Amino acid sequence: MERRNARQTREIVVPGDVLDGTGMKPGENAYLSDGKVRASVMGVRNVFQNTVGVIPLKGCYMPTSGDTVIGVIVDIGPSNWLVDIGAPYPAPLHVNEVPWKVEFGDTSRYLGMGNVVLLKVLSVDESKKIQVTMKDSGLRKIEGGRLVKISHSKVSRVIGKSGSMISMLKNMTDCRITVGQNGMIWIDGDDENADVAVQAIKMIEEKAQSGNLTDKVKEFIESKLPQSEEYDDEGDE
Amino acid sequence: MSSEIMSEIKRDHIMKLLADGKRQDGRGVTDTRKLEVEVNCIESADGSARIKLGKTEVIAGVKIIPGTPFGDTPTSGVLTTGAELIPMAHPTFESGPPGEDAIELARVVDRGIRESGMVDVEALCITPGEEVWMCFVDIYALNYDGNLFDAANIATVCALKSATIPGEQYGKGENKPLPITCLPISVTEVKVGNTLIVDPDYDEEQISSARLTVTTDDNGNFRAMQKGGRGSITLDELSLCLDRAVEIGAEIRKIIG
Amino acid sequence: MSGHTDMVLVDENGMRIDGRTAEEHRHIKIEAGVLENADGSAYVEIGKNKVLAAVYGPRECHPRHLQNPQKAIVQCKYNMQAFSVSDRKRPGPDRRSIEISKIISEALEKVVLTELYPRASIDVYIEILQANAGTRCAGLTAASVALADAGIPMRDIVPAIAAGKADGHVLLDLNKEEDNYGQADVPIAIMPSTDEIVLLQMDGNMTREEFDHAIELAVNACHEVHDLQVDALKRRYSKPAKEGSE
Repeated sequence: MERRNARQTREIVVPGDVLDGTGMKPGENAYLSDGKVRASVMGVRNVFQNTVGVIPLKGCYMPTSGDTVIGVIVDIGPSNWLVDIGAPYPAPLHVNEVPWKVEFGDTSRYLGMGNVVLLKVLSVDESKKIQVTMKDSGLRKIEGGRLVKISHSKVSRVIGKSGSMISMLKNMTDCRITVGQNGMIWIDGDDENADVAVQAIKMIEEKAQSGNLTDKVKEFIESKLPQSEEYDDEGDE
Repeated sequence: MSSEIMSEIKRDHIMKLLADGKRQDGRGVTDTRKLEVEVNCIESADGSARIKLGKTEVIAGVKIIPGTPFGDTPTSGVLTTGAELIPMAHPTFESGPPGEDAIELARVVDRGIRESGMVDVEALCITPGEEVWMCFVDIYALNYDGNLFDAANIATVCALKSATIPGEQYGKGENKPLPITCLPISVTEVKVGNTLIVDPDYDEEQISSARLTVTTDDNGNFRAMQKGGRGSITLDELSLCLDRAVEIGAEIRKIIG
Repeated sequence: MSGHTDMVLVDENGMRIDGRTAEEHRHIKIEAGVLENADGSAYVEIGKNKVLAAVYGPRECHPRHLQNPQKAIVQCKYNMQAFSVSDRKRPGPDRRSIEISKIISEALEKVVLTELYPRASIDVYIEILQANAGTRCAGLTAASVALADAGIPMRDIVPAIAAGKADGHVLLDLNKEEDNYGQADVPIAIMPSTDEIVLLQMDGNMTREEFDHAIELAVNACHEVHDLQVDALKRRYSKPAKEGSE
């Protein structure tokens, strides 16, 4: 591994790799054993102050309270729905957590199997039991448009530094885009533009490790969708 | 999650594309996916093939063993086909003995091979009434993205075509190629809405109402068919499927020739 | 281990029938991320063994009664394909594959941080495409790469290899003939960061010295296998190559 290129191609570590032996503290996805900090997932080594950890490359989504997520209704009970949000377990959405007054047993009139919903994670307890809600501003049933699933570990790349990537995507493709923390992304716009937005998001997922991603994505969209003057500035500020 | 429910948004999108004759991966309705074949990849088998049809991946292996013929066919070899949908291949596949889907798959593939006379079973006789070669084909789905019928058919045909009768191993004469007479090729279509599409992927299969598999021989004659799914097909649709099966079957036969 | 044969397995120069010395393992090839659907996957060849491993999860645990409210369980299914051995193997689990599945599951549970996923199951499927002595080690080696490839949090990547005895010599990584006609077989798997043993079996006949020597050979070789596992995982992300390697 070339050290000099460490900033360009970030160093990939695998479980068991020593991240530090000089007294740093273990951060996310790292553990301490015998005075050494070791990685517990495959990913990119990440130093923050005096801790060292790993940003995972893959892995399953584990919800945290406050996350905005997009899910699919996969089961219906008399007083709740089960929502697949890409976590190891489906999340129950209780009738008290929807913006409608639902009679007992009348759940399927409001949300059916395969319906797509924008939710917020209310709480996750120590045994990882999840509760979600649809009672907050903007939360709703989503209809029409397109749905793309990417690895949740790439969500931060799709959003970009202080939202630079996502606002560029929205502006250049003229689409409405909602990104769930769980890697589910909803896109709405005219067919051709939505196609390009979907391809751009997949490109971000695939090339998440490479530098200058904003420029590459911008170039890609420009090649597919000739831009009018309305989007002429540099993309990120 | 073991039961996969497709989002309404994805379903609507696929239907909308199909209304314009388009598909998610850019194919037209009669286009098959890219076919990759690797033959004789398993040395412990007497014949084998690992194939990819798009993202669907199947391995088939042939074992040829001396055994006793059936009483009513004392001079014929025996051909047996089994298939397993192992949980490696898809999150909805479960371990355990073959279920109805795996059994249907094996029987449809078997029917095409058997009815076309692909393997000359009379040439598999060692001693009439006493000993014949028994040919076991075992098919495993390794990655499931729709159309296991055609993928399993192609893997089986390629495995049999590459197979050797292991005469020396059992002291039954020289090793020689398994006698093959033709290449039966199946072409599967599913009906989504009112559109018939060839070589469906997983999503297309999920929202389809009916499925038809048609197996043809080298002459373009029909050797086996199977209609599946809870929907129906009209006589006109059937006729269209048959025409396509002959045409596309010939193309696939050329690739694996 | 039948133990007696006229077959010469190690010649007067200490060479084995496949041209290896006592301390050499067979050629090993490892690839990570070879299947589309699985959350993680790996392909391993050790000599003539060809093995695929796939990981799904963490996902809801089925059957439900196996759920543990405090941690995830690792459920491994080892399966030999019908054409993987010289006589056709009848499809389906037998007592041997059930035992192997159990000890591999247990070895993996030691390294996976199961407490992060209460009530969940991490499912590991090992398919033996071609067998030539040493499939459980090849299977476990592949399974740990597949787990790491799936992004499952774990302490270490587990390598496995066997040592044994044939013609009175302690040998690393027995081949089919040495396994059939030799005198002992010791498959072993370790956590490379501490050298702790997570899988160990033995059958045959060995003295204390022979056994100690076998363990030493196998542990050293495990570190070599581990280097190849790490390399396979890093290779997957070092070049922007597409999925699927063949």
